Amino acid sequence: MAAYLVRRVAYGFLTVLGVLMLLFILFFAVTDPQDIARKALGERAPPDAVQQWIVNHGYDKPLVVNTQHDAVSAARYTDTLLFDHYRSMLTFDFGRSDADDAPISARLLTGVGPSLSLTVPLFTLGLVVGLALALFVAFFRETYIDRAVLVACMLAMSVAGLLYIIGGQYLVGMLLRWFPISGFDPDPSVVARFLALPVLLGVLTGFGGDVRFYRTIFIEETGRDYVRTARAKGCGDMRVMVRHVLRNALIPVLTNIVMAIPFLFTGVLLLESFFGIPGLGALTVEAIQGNDFSTLRTMVYIGALLFIVGQIMTDVSYTIVDPRVRLK
Amino acid sequence: MHVISNIIVLALVAGAFALVQAVRGNRLWREALVELWRRRRISIVVLGLFVAVGLLDSVAWVGGAGSGTGDQVAASKPRSLIDRAFAPESFREVSYSAPFADIGFYDDAALEHPGEHILGTDILGNDVFYRTLKGVRVALLIGGLTSLIVIPIALFFGVSAGFFGGRIDDVVFFVMTVLASIPSLLLLIALIIVLGTGTLQVCIALGVTGWVSFCRISRGETLKLREADYVQAARALGVSERRIITRHILPNLTHLVVITFALLFTGLVLSETILSYLGVGLENSWGQMIDQARNELSRTPIIWWNIAGASIALFTLVLAVNLIADAVRDILDPRTLRERQ
Repeated sequence: MAAYLVRRVAYGFLTVLGVLMLLFILFFAVTDPQDIARKALGERAPPDAVQQWIVNHGYDKPLVVNTQHDAVSAARYTDTLLFDHYRSMLTFDFGRSDADDAPISARLLTGVGPSLSLTVPLFTLGLVVGLALALFVAFFRETYIDRAVLVACMLAMSVAGLLYIIGGQYLVGMLLRWFPISGFDPDPSVVARFLALPVLLGVLTGFGGDVRFYRTIFIEETGRDYVRTARAKGCGDMRVMVRHVLRNALIPVLTNIVMAIPFLFTGVLLLESFFGIPGLGALTVEAIQGNDFSTLRTMVYIGALLFIVGQIMTDVSYTIVDPRVRLK
Repeated sequence: MHVISNIIVLALVAGAFALVQAVRGNRLWREALVELWRRRRISIVVLGLFVAVGLLDSVAWVGGAGSGTGDQVAASKPRSLIDRAFAPESFREVSYSAPFADIGFYDDAALEHPGEHILGTDILGNDVFYRTLKGVRVALLIGGLTSLIVIPIALFFGVSAGFFGGRIDDVVFFVMTVLASIPSLLLLIALIIVLGTGTLQVCIALGVTGWVSFCRISRGETLKLREADYVQAARALGVSERRIITRHILPNLTHLVVITFALLFTGLVLSETILSYLGVGLENSWGQMIDQARNELSRTPIIWWNIAGASIALFTLVLAVNLIADAVRDILDPRTLRERQ
């Protein structure tokens, strides 16, 4: 177990290094620092200002090999963009934004709270509703109820996420006036009012695909031998579904949950930006629209890091939920 | 440029025709197609209409426009059959008009083409129905072209990694893990911002993010097939590796290709709307129409037809492909095949 864990974490670290290399290629090797500077300063900025900006933001170093240092000194390789990039990302020293020179780490810290207050209820509610509905449908499989829910899921899956947000904001926020159209206030007494609509819309966007996926798993499980045995010993339908099928089906569901974490992150991008929630998603959208390369780079890195950590956790949790899986 | 795109369209049509001919020669595929037609008649017809509009919009040549007015820019621009049918430069109003309206929306002034704008006009007076039709080609291009680029590449790497194993597998698997670790929307945006926002660049970016899942599926399936009895038998008989792959592995992956194609297609078309909202989408796409029309909902009286045209077209296309994909999955699944007979 310990040996497996070490190897799994080591491979995860290797993946992080790979992600960083990809980011380096995209943001340093392919992108010209002159372009980044001009986007930050404006097209008509004088060449001196552009040069000064490049030096200030540390884009002036050579990419991989610094020929100014002699061949034997380590600085030949450490005084480069590649080394700086790896060093700053791996030590979580993200530097300053390309757009307005604000420190990125501070922004990330202030954005985490609002983001989590949106994603955690969204994620839990989506999971509970999805699993409950799928269990319900699997219980009534091959009936009209099953058919109706499947058709509804298919329809729900075919609508673009953007339309849910626009439609929901219009219908609930403007016509019915149940909730504020957008805004955020961390005060616990009012935060629910601001989060209700985005959470609702987030659940709506995801439930079509989720319900169909969970239903397939549940139906596959109901055909197993242990279900027949449970029936034979006199278990009621409800008990079979909840005690036996749901528990065993949780293993593939677990994979789907971890797979959903990065998608949650991206889905939140739109919700936060539309509802004015000052979280990480809104920060990313701002970075995209303001050509803020250093912030965007950091957000991609953080997203990948979260995903890799989540994947390691799934692999490890497999051993806990399913004793049959023995890690080699 | 339009000559090249015409050639691509012709090649695609010829390819589709050849594919149909090849499929007709195989009994199992023919039966599957008949079954698909029996189950999803409406969806197939709807998809066919979309493809027809996309093709009509792809066949373009220079000339016709602006020749009388001496407008050189307009005269040298290639125009497609759809452009020629609608003649958007003369078929426009001053500003908004409701669907089938006789008078302008705000000023009550008489329209130049009363009752002829099926879906009304947008703020610049352009016909919304025309813009919706123009979006068909963009959507098919994003979904179809990207899938057509991605699937062969993913198949190549997935099959070679699964079949040969060893170092090749290690490298392919590592690249896949790295790409899969980055949330796809973020990677997509990063790629587009770095590469630029042209059609080709967006398709490449979508391809880079889209090939991983299919590569993983085909690798897993190849790993399974490699141990199958008939592959072992072929090996024992001394059949060359290339022949094993082309004769025994690839044909058994085709059902996966068809299903993945459909899933990839709908995913790509839907994600384009998000790109448009973020300002990195494609020209003339439905996503852009929705994004432009988003603030018009808050006007009084509301302007709903701009968003309705694009949304309904997008919804119909994605739903049709989803329904077909669902039926294809059922039909090609060997378990249901036995039940049917």
